[in-house]
Amino acid sequence: MPAGGPGQVRYDDPWYDALASGWGESGGVGAPVPAVSQAPREEEATAVAAAEVYLEVQRSAAFQEVRSRYRRFVVPAVVVFFVWYLAYVVTATTAPGLMARPVAGAVNVAMLAGLGQFLTTFLFTWAYVRHARLRRDRAALELRWDTQELTRGIRGGVS
Amino acid sequence: MTGDHQTLALLLFSVFVAVTLGITTWVSRHRHGSAEEFYAGGRLFSPMENGFAIAGDYMSAASFLGISGLIALYGYDGLLYSVGFLVAWLVVLFLVAELVRNCGRFTLADVVAARMSERPVRIAAGTSSVTVSVLYLVAQMVGAGSLVALLLGGTSGAARTWTVIGVGALMVIYVSLGGMRATTWIQIVKAVLLLAGTVTLTVLVLVRFHGDFDQLLRTAAERSGHGESFLAPGLRYGGDWTARFDFISLGLALVLGTAGLPHILSRFYTVPTARAARRSVVWSIGLIGGFYLMTIVLGFGAAAIVGPEAVRGSNAAGNTAVPLLALDLGGGADSTGGTVLFAIVAAVAFATILAVVAGITLASSASVAHDLYASLRRSHAKPRSEVAVARAAAVGIGVVAIALGLLARDLNVAFLVGLAFAVAASANLPVLLYSLFWRGFTTRGAVWAVYGGLIPAVVLVVLSPVVSGSPESLFPGVDFQFFPLQNPGLVSIPLGFVAGWLGTVTSGELPDEAKHAETEVRSLTGAGAV
Repeated sequence: MPAGGPGQVRYDDPWYDALASGWGESGGVGAPVPAVSQAPREEEATAVAAAEVYLEVQRSAAFQEVRSRYRRFVVPAVVVFFVWYLAYVVTATTAPGLMARPVAGAVNVAMLAGLGQFLTTFLFTWAYVRHARLRRDRAALELRWDTQELTRGIRGGVS
Repeated sequence: MTGDHQTLALLLFSVFVAVTLGITTWVSRHRHGSAEEFYAGGRLFSPMENGFAIAGDYMSAASFLGISGLIALYGYDGLLYSVGFLVAWLVVLFLVAELVRNCGRFTLADVVAARMSERPVRIAAGTSSVTVSVLYLVAQMVGAGSLVALLLGGTSGAARTWTVIGVGALMVIYVSLGGMRATTWIQIVKAVLLLAGTVTLTVLVLVRFHGDFDQLLRTAAERSGHGESFLAPGLRYGGDWTARFDFISLGLALVLGTAGLPHILSRFYTVPTARAARRSVVWSIGLIGGFYLMTIVLGFGAAAIVGPEAVRGSNAAGNTAVPLLALDLGGGADSTGGTVLFAIVAAVAFATILAVVAGITLASSASVAHDLYASLRRSHAKPRSEVAVARAAAVGIGVVAIALGLLARDLNVAFLVGLAFAVAASANLPVLLYSLFWRGFTTRGAVWAVYGGLIPAVVLVVLSPVVSGSPESLFPGVDFQFFPLQNPGLVSIPLGFVAGWLGTVTSGELPDEAKHAETEVRSLTGAGAV
């Protein structure tokens, strides 16, 4: 934890404040709270500034690179394993004859396909973790610190 | 089952209960009573610990006894279940685990509500989470009742009733006193016990066949009386087209439901970072994959060694295949080895159920206190500590689960589990994926996605042959069956996605660009994560 102690994290976290103030209230963003008039205005200003930070980070080239690396791996991988799983289930239910074709000894196509599902799951897991570790983790961590520095700057300035 | 089995099994049950209560007391000794501590166990578990706990949360008695039993009776068709249960983890790993860890705090609703108008979204997501949890909980309670009654020979109603009440009382004690920390340690202990038991039995089966898997399959096929077709799909789900579509529906629900189960999602908040969440999923995929591979050996082993007639004679659904296999592997009904192995398997199955129900109770009490109570309480009411509400909610959920568990005790356990997965996939997954990945998603879309999946799933079940219109229904006397499939997933999951899309494109409000940017940046980088 960067900010030393849970109390500090809460204070620095813009979302925590937004959530806490929304509790049991009407729920609209920035809804007026009658009891205290000064605090919410300050909070609102901070929230707007924090939102600017997130928009800015989202538009930055570094973030777009992390996002596209994530998507370039995950989207094709999801399509491939989902289609492979659906094909397996649909073939098993609609074409049992094909699945029953013997391959070696008592092992048939169905058994190979089933064990193949286990194997591809393990392979996909390994590939995803490797990709995330080598291509994404470092850049994401740097973005995390940068973003937190920016939001902390706003906090410090207002309060 | 003789007296020796019962005494030894009861002794082992008692040891497990004593150990878990010890863990609970030890953990609650130095608790701080904060929400962080109660819902997330302080967020400082290691990936390995959390991986074991996830596996302990996920591998239910329905898997241990149910899938092996299905394989023993129907051969290959039972194996289709275990594939679905495992592949589902890829959805969790790729799309959910890290992102949810980065931008939520305790529940599914945290992730969705952060981008939207908070109150309606929190109420919707909280309602569907509680519904899924209660369905899953009832399935486990029914399973516990019939399992213990079966294993201890007491088939009378009283034994089942007291088992359900006892399991309910224990889970409430674990959760309300120990919170997430105690629940996690109970799940870790259970996962280790379950894996140790499964490995022992698998090794014994393979030794019996001299390590020859081919020989094992051939013997199983021979003994089953179905020959070659025992090793191919179709014995259970290969009947008419309704049965086939029913299976496709179940397969879809299994693979998409896991990522929407509230008690699985809440486990990612117990580790410090998204990277730790990823590594805990890798641990759990390894453990769960290995476990399901071993249930295949156990299932075919039970078919080959015990034989389907003996399995069916003991329990028509096949739930006693593994205990019977243990009895045989230990040396037969009258041997010491047989008695000990049988009692160990019975105790492991009981431990499995206790750990799973504790996890679900904790997740649903979090949804009640953190989502529903926080949104619904009147703003001028005296604010109570959220953790106190969660503890009370655990008691309330325990009472509801005991009552429903007693009412539904004749329902098929596997069906109830399939239903919980279908509701999770229809109501929770669409809203979660849209919130994380769709820039234009709006509050109305979120609310519609939840109810548009939840209501069709529940209504289709009420109109299905499970509830009325066939001799095995809940109400065999009446017939208001309109929907032919037992599992609603094939229809209700697409409906959930369509409803979310429809709600978004028809709503007048503009999507909040800044909030979307915040969700996207936080989910991928971990900035500001608690």
